[in-house]
Amino acid sequence: MELFTNQVLAGIATGAIYACMALAVVMIYQAIDHLNFAQGEMAMFSTFVCWQLMQWGVPYWGAFLITLVFSFAGGIAIERLLFKPLAKAPILTNVAGFIALYAIINSVAGLIWDFTIKQFPTPFGSSPFLGSQLISTHQAGMIGVTLLLLMLLFFFFRFTRMGLAMRAAASLPESARLVGINTSWMIALGWGMAAAIGAIAGMLIAPVVFLEPNMMLGVLIYGFAAAVLGGLTSPLGAVVGGFLVGVFENLVGTYIPGVGNELKLPIALALIVTVLVVKPAGLFGRPIVKRV
Amino acid sequence: MSAIQEVVTEAPAVEAVPKRAMTLGNGTSLAMLALLIIVPLFVKNFIIFQLTMLLIYALAVLALNILTGGSGQFSLGQSAFYAVGAYTSAILMEHGNINYALTLPVAGIICFGFGFLFGQPALRLSGVYLALATFALATAMPQLLKLGVFEHWTGGVQGLVVTKPDAPFGLPMSQDMWLYYFTLAVTIAIYIFSVNLLQSRSGRAFMAIRDNEIAASAMGIDVALYKTLAFGVSAGITGVAGGLGAIAVQFVAPDGYTITLAISLFLGMVVGGVGWLPGSIVGSAFIIFVPNIAEGISKGLSGAVFGVLLFLVIFLVPHGARQVAIVAQQLIGKLKKN
Repeated sequence: MELFTNQVLAGIATGAIYACMALAVVMIYQAIDHLNFAQGEMAMFSTFVCWQLMQWGVPYWGAFLITLVFSFAGGIAIERLLFKPLAKAPILTNVAGFIALYAIINSVAGLIWDFTIKQFPTPFGSSPFLGSQLISTHQAGMIGVTLLLLMLLFFFFRFTRMGLAMRAAASLPESARLVGINTSWMIALGWGMAAAIGAIAGMLIAPVVFLEPNMMLGVLIYGFAAAVLGGLTSPLGAVVGGFLVGVFENLVGTYIPGVGNELKLPIALALIVTVLVVKPAGLFGRPIVKRV
Repeated sequence: MSAIQEVVTEAPAVEAVPKRAMTLGNGTSLAMLALLIIVPLFVKNFIIFQLTMLLIYALAVLALNILTGGSGQFSLGQSAFYAVGAYTSAILMEHGNINYALTLPVAGIICFGFGFLFGQPALRLSGVYLALATFALATAMPQLLKLGVFEHWTGGVQGLVVTKPDAPFGLPMSQDMWLYYFTLAVTIAIYIFSVNLLQSRSGRAFMAIRDNEIAASAMGIDVALYKTLAFGVSAGITGVAGGLGAIAVQFVAPDGYTITLAISLFLGMVVGGVGWLPGSIVGSAFIIFVPNIAEGISKGLSGAVFGVLLFLVIFLVPHGARQVAIVAQQLIGKLKKN
């Protein structure tokens, strides 16, 4: 039983990473209706920017804020320059665009900062949290930040005019335009916010997985899985999905014999697919009714 | 957030390509065929090998095209079917001493069955959810192939070495050239099969499902059957391509069939034009040659160069090679009128 609780705790700790990434994924899905495959690389790039600022002597929180602004602007710039012209192109062409963006960012980051792993500091410290060896204060801090972000997003979408406009632009663009919402800029704003959330995720994850150009690959896959499991339309679902995937993954690795590190991912994914077969819109997603 | 369910009227995810627009005219097809037959006579063995790979990937892209362009379902799991085909051929050749040509139909049938079965749970999923499910299959496959249980057959992480066949009947050809013509023959056979399939009753059923699933079922189409059938056919063709790939590369190993392969095939389909079968060869050329070109332009930034080239292509022709073909056709039509 103690093994079980310990593994669940450890799962929640890794789950926080996935939850953070899943939030960014859901954010952009709300705005543009696609999964952005380059999301992880954008987050990785932002994290490197933060690291570079700190190397130049900027204190942690200063670098953190500058990175957020940089990512927000960067996300908007990417949308305006690369994806706005593709708005009328078929969806699959857009997906190819994400893959191209992925390749570009990954390669450029590798050239600027090379592929050796780097240490990234944590603002929360890394001593055991409340006497437990399994969760460090950093991981507890990460869970806290994720939940805080979730709250902020909820209030933003629920109680601000801007949030309402973004929701309207995403769900019924034509009607939204008729009531005077600039839907094109709402999409750009969605990209910016997603990039900023991704940057937060990246900066929180980096102390755990170490900083290098490929650090986001695994995390993004789990983030996608978490977002899809929770339902792509629900930020709360994304966070719950993230924690569930983390716990799943750990329990599978502990209790099913013969499952090494390599088989963890396929089994976690298989479980998610099973859940989806039963609940096709994800755990918290609203089923979308199509008009024939 | 709200109690009212969202109701959306949206265009289908995949464009509706009419079935006549899916193929080339007779004249163009024959010219293309003549080109494919003549070129290998004048080039070096290594280039012949690359051309063989071009045809093999074209087959795999074609298979994805039937699934996505034909029936409107996404798949990021094509690398898994390719791997199953490759391993089937390799195991039959090396453990069963079966002639390489005979292993291909077996690979095709096994993959058809596999794809058909995989299509069953996939029935309930669509769009991104289906993409995730097929993605799971693609990531799982290399790990499954490495499992100790199958090691006697698959050779585990080491993989299997496959012997390259000689030209039969004492034909004066190098092994590479023989394999090229053999692959070309298989490719043509499958291409003709695919064109006919899409123009048949089943093909029309695929397209009806792609354009509007509810309307299709109202017309009496067994949606579940045809969706799984599309998965099966696509997987079967990919399996044959995988078998040919194993023979051409002379080697199979789990790490040759990762998600990267599935993503490449997807890019090939987009560049070639979704739903345009002849575009498959253009897409295949893109995924084989452009990474090399990118490497040639800049070693350190090859990924970035590849990305920029890909962006250029989708900016200039968002509908892929199909768009180029349509424009060319209109120009020729105008010239004829004058």
